[in-house]
Amino acid sequence: MNDSFRPKQIQLNRYGQLKHFLTLDGLDKLLLTEILDTADSFIEVGERSIKKVPLLRGKTVVNLFFEASTRTRSTFELAAKRLSADVLNINISTSATSKGESLSDMLQNLEAMASDMFVVRHAQSGAPHFIASAVTPQVSIINAGDGRHAHPTQAMLDMLTIRQHKGQFDGLVVAIVGDILHSRVARSQIQALRTLGAAEVRVVAPNTLLPSDTDALGARVYNDARAGLRDVDVIVMLRLQKERMEGALLPSENEFYRLYGLTDEKLGWAKPDAIVMHPGPINRGVEIASSVADGSQSVILNQVTNGIAVRMAVMSMAMGGMTVEKNELASTQAELTANVR
Amino acid sequence: MYVDANRMMGELGMKVLIKNGNVFDASRQQLLPSAIGIESGKIGFVGDIPAGFEPDDVIDAQGGIVSPGFIDLYTRLCEPGDEYKGSIATETAAAVRGGFTHVCCPPDTLPVNDTAAVTHLITDLAKRAGNAKVLPIGALTQGLKGEQLSELYTLKEAGCVAVSNGVAPLRNFKVLRRCMEYAATHNVTIFARPEDASLAADGCIHEGQLSARLGLVGIPEIAEVLSVSQWILLAEETGVRLHLSQLSCARALQLVEQARRRGVKLTCDVAIHNLVLTESVVDGFDSRFHVRPPLRTEQDRQALLAGVNEGVIDAICSQHLPHEEAAVNVPFAESSPGIAGVETLLPLVNLLVGRGELILEKALTALTEGPARVLGMTTGSLCKGASADLTIFTQQGETCIDVKTKGTQGVNNPWFGFPLPGQVLATLVDGRLSFRLV
Repeated sequence: MNDSFRPKQIQLNRYGQLKHFLTLDGLDKLLLTEILDTADSFIEVGERSIKKVPLLRGKTVVNLFFEASTRTRSTFELAAKRLSADVLNINISTSATSKGESLSDMLQNLEAMASDMFVVRHAQSGAPHFIASAVTPQVSIINAGDGRHAHPTQAMLDMLTIRQHKGQFDGLVVAIVGDILHSRVARSQIQALRTLGAAEVRVVAPNTLLPSDTDALGARVYNDARAGLRDVDVIVMLRLQKERMEGALLPSENEFYRLYGLTDEKLGWAKPDAIVMHPGPINRGVEIASSVADGSQSVILNQVTNGIAVRMAVMSMAMGGMTVEKNELASTQAELTANVR
Repeated sequence: MYVDANRMMGELGMKVLIKNGNVFDASRQQLLPSAIGIESGKIGFVGDIPAGFEPDDVIDAQGGIVSPGFIDLYTRLCEPGDEYKGSIATETAAAVRGGFTHVCCPPDTLPVNDTAAVTHLITDLAKRAGNAKVLPIGALTQGLKGEQLSELYTLKEAGCVAVSNGVAPLRNFKVLRRCMEYAATHNVTIFARPEDASLAADGCIHEGQLSARLGLVGIPEIAEVLSVSQWILLAEETGVRLHLSQLSCARALQLVEQARRRGVKLTCDVAIHNLVLTESVVDGFDSRFHVRPPLRTEQDRQALLAGVNEGVIDAICSQHLPHEEAAVNVPFAESSPGIAGVETLLPLVNLLVGRGELILEKALTALTEGPARVLGMTTGSLCKGASADLTIFTQQGETCIDVKTKGTQGVNNPWFGFPLPGQVLATLVDGRLSFRLV
């Protein structure tokens, strides 16, 4: 019976082009590589004195942030503007839902304003899927982070950063350290690394910060940081939120830092040319020492720069794929109308 | 509808003949071709047509099955309080379309069914609707708050067939133990939905592979297993009749079997969707599959099927929970759990029987004699003089519930518009045709 309800691939149009960007789950190596290559070509745009290309001219992009964000929202906004789109920023926590308007009603209103793309951040896992499948399927949806589920643009900018520093993914050993359980970034990174062909993905955390079924993640689990960081090429530190000290997940920040905080000593267990990444915002002295965050192996600021290029790539590709589909739909309808006449 | 029901109830001398049917006998676990005659709302005969029996109406069962009317241990009727989701009239109409002659409604109405007044309101509205018979379940604690006992004796006297705290958690074991002692005093059955509230907190799907991948908060299997063990030990201690509602996992069933071997008075049921589906349908965040307890693994599903086939599970229930569009057309975790499933239960049973996953006679027992036994009722069998509560159905043909013509007010059912095997031909309540397929 389950087979009758197998979920549809809703991210791609019938030519296999992106039309929504919701998750990396189900996207192949070719497509992820295309995103990275496209992003590479946009890096140069950011270095020009006039940082604009006309790819999204005349299109309306709405940033819908149901959760606070500075970095992600700013880079999405800059990316859309560099693509020449008209951009509307809506911070929902201070807007409609507090008046009791439903998510569906609000989005359909925005759709009626001829929006072409929604960039959505939401506290509920699956909210962008819900919008793309049930609310406004004609608007291209970009997931800017949903609950604990996925943060695919963050993962892709991390992949771009890794490729810039390591050249390729084959043979790479990557360790992701910290709060895996609550991390949408980790889930998307693991999917990206596996699809792109990394040799091994490790997660390093105590059991309380891991999902109960770690096999489902597709990563090797290490409780011990020394073993988990040994000879890795890339270290990804995750942000540890203060709330995690409640609910018996961890005894204290101190103990977490002693066991998992990335210090110079722990960095020494990795390969000498290992790079250190962090999706930000960083908690100095909680998951990472200042000397490491600002050190020569840190590529944290490169990640931010790459964020704009990757988001430009994803937005232009998804807008392209959706436009192809909408044009086809329009011409089919025109044919139908002509036949009726 | 009020007038209609009265008119039909008024025709007391009416004789009905049901022919060409295979009559299900739960005590012998077999189907035998025979005729059934109904006189004045009671079963007049089963077998050969006595000389001189001249029916006013003849129902052709078309070689299908004539069963004691199905009894649902969980049909949320939403009235009083949630009439925007459904009403006693609409949901009992859906029930008879699904072949149910009796439905138990949970106490989580508004106001809560913790007084005789609310119980009477429900049964009066049900009589007025004139569809399925409604068997209310009273609240175990006042307001379902888990603090103070309801008037269990008064509720029983008013017509409540059991008491339950619904899905509201009982956090205080001292209160719970006293509730069970008091219920045992008055021989009131307790319906328990075993789920540890702290372990299940914020969860919306089975904790496992899919919850790890989708980043949805899981409800671990241990939340149910731990709670089952606590309920069983307290039932053993207090001697109360305990019914465990909607078990979802293999280990819970093992505990039930072990307890029965020790002589604990214990029954249990399973929701139909837990027999049909597993967690993997939630992939894609489809909120139509948001149910509680959650859909679990294939191993759990197989254990539940075996539980029905081996008689460890006493009843299959619909766990009918109708919702309006706004409750389900939201992101997965925010959606209200439940399926408005009373009309699709029998077709799904047919599906499972057709696949060889369920044994027909065992499934029918779990819809008739089994739930009757849970409720301590004598209905659920067909013998001369019993109320003519009957379900006539065929495994031939198909049922495809059209959203425009469905009985329930609820919009939430993944099988609406989906062809499923078999059809309910007629449902008779007290010898009266409550539903007939046209």
